[in-house]
Amino acid sequence: MKRVYNLKQEVEKPPRLTGGHRLCAGCGAGVVVAGVLRALNKEDRAVVTNATGCLEVSTFMYPYTAYMDSFIHSAFENSAATCSGVEAAYNALKRRGKVEGTVKFITFGGDGGTYDIGFQSLSGAMERGHDMVYVCYDNEAYMNTGIQRSSSTPRFARTTTSPVGAKNQGKKQEKKDLTDIMVAHNIPYVAQTAPLGNFKDLHTKAYKAIYTEGPCFMNVLSPCPRGWDYPMAKLAEIIKLAVDTCVWPLFEVEEGVWHLSYMPKRKLPVEDFLRPQGRFRHMFEQGNEWMIEAAQAYVDQRWERLLERSGA
Amino acid sequence: MRSVTKAYRPISWPTLGAGGDTGSWRVHRPVVNHELCTKCQFCWVYCPEAVIDRKKITIDYRYCKGCGVCAVECPTGAIAMEKEE
Repeated sequence: MKRVYNLKQEVEKPPRLTGGHRLCAGCGAGVVVAGVLRALNKEDRAVVTNATGCLEVSTFMYPYTAYMDSFIHSAFENSAATCSGVEAAYNALKRRGKVEGTVKFITFGGDGGTYDIGFQSLSGAMERGHDMVYVCYDNEAYMNTGIQRSSSTPRFARTTTSPVGAKNQGKKQEKKDLTDIMVAHNIPYVAQTAPLGNFKDLHTKAYKAIYTEGPCFMNVLSPCPRGWDYPMAKLAEIIKLAVDTCVWPLFEVEEGVWHLSYMPKRKLPVEDFLRPQGRFRHMFEQGNEWMIEAAQAYVDQRWERLLERSGA
Repeated sequence: MRSVTKAYRPISWPTLGAGGDTGSWRVHRPVVNHELCTKCQFCWVYCPEAVIDRKKITIDYRYCKGCGVCAVECPTGAIAMEKEE
């Protein structure tokens, strides 16, 4: 069924993430989670699983939760496994007629809990084909414990474990391409998105992911004002720049078919995205011009490859 | 047949303000100018805290952390950030 997105209609639904949680002021994760949960149909219930991370420690202070749906958290590395277990239990109860209505299974994990620590359980859950959605809110480092590098941190970014000084100039390695890895799992739906503009992209992709049968994966950019070191009010501007510079292209892969969701009118130079962020400040110092060139070359190469794959 | 919903009681309570009165974190306070406001609800969508009333466009200062995202996103500039006393 094709649905036409209308923001004014969608916001009529009661919110599923309440205010007064402990996420930092201006955190992208709150916007991402509220946006994804808004895609659920009003009458459906959800089970939210969380990997340990900023989101978990700030929205679930036992015995209070900021989620209006059921919530389960077990450990850092096994959020996908926990979710798949809950889904299997639900199916068993449903078979015996003991639960009514539709329940959807959504897992939220940060990039640490998805790219690194939770990767094995995520890979396993996707392979077993559970009807669940894994949403990675990617803030590009371990923000919860104090901004340590993760495999999602982009090259040259300053973190507390990849500092900037005489011997070291930020992270040395490139960012791991998790969305590509998830596409290689041959699951029904993989998407890369961000809360952009009127949230159409995030909303339609979340709806597709939630209501597509089988395992689905979404990678959502979620800026962190503390770790990325930018003024917290500029949340939407940073996201827009990431998308327009093609650092974070928006695309989806349905049954192995690549589809580009957003083509920037004018592809901006990668500097525009790097400049407002304190974590890249050293790249603009004298003698470090090669870093910007290297970052631009990497982005261009990946963007070309994406265009080729999606046939755009 | 025993119903599952009766067999298990919830041990946690979904509630507004689960993290306490987070409004005390605020340095700048967003103030809505209702004469300029067109009720486009963009502030509501972008609010990471979900503290803006969607219909009336009023802000719940008990939980607003004052990040200023709403003030930047407002297309008519109806939200101003004022320093907390």
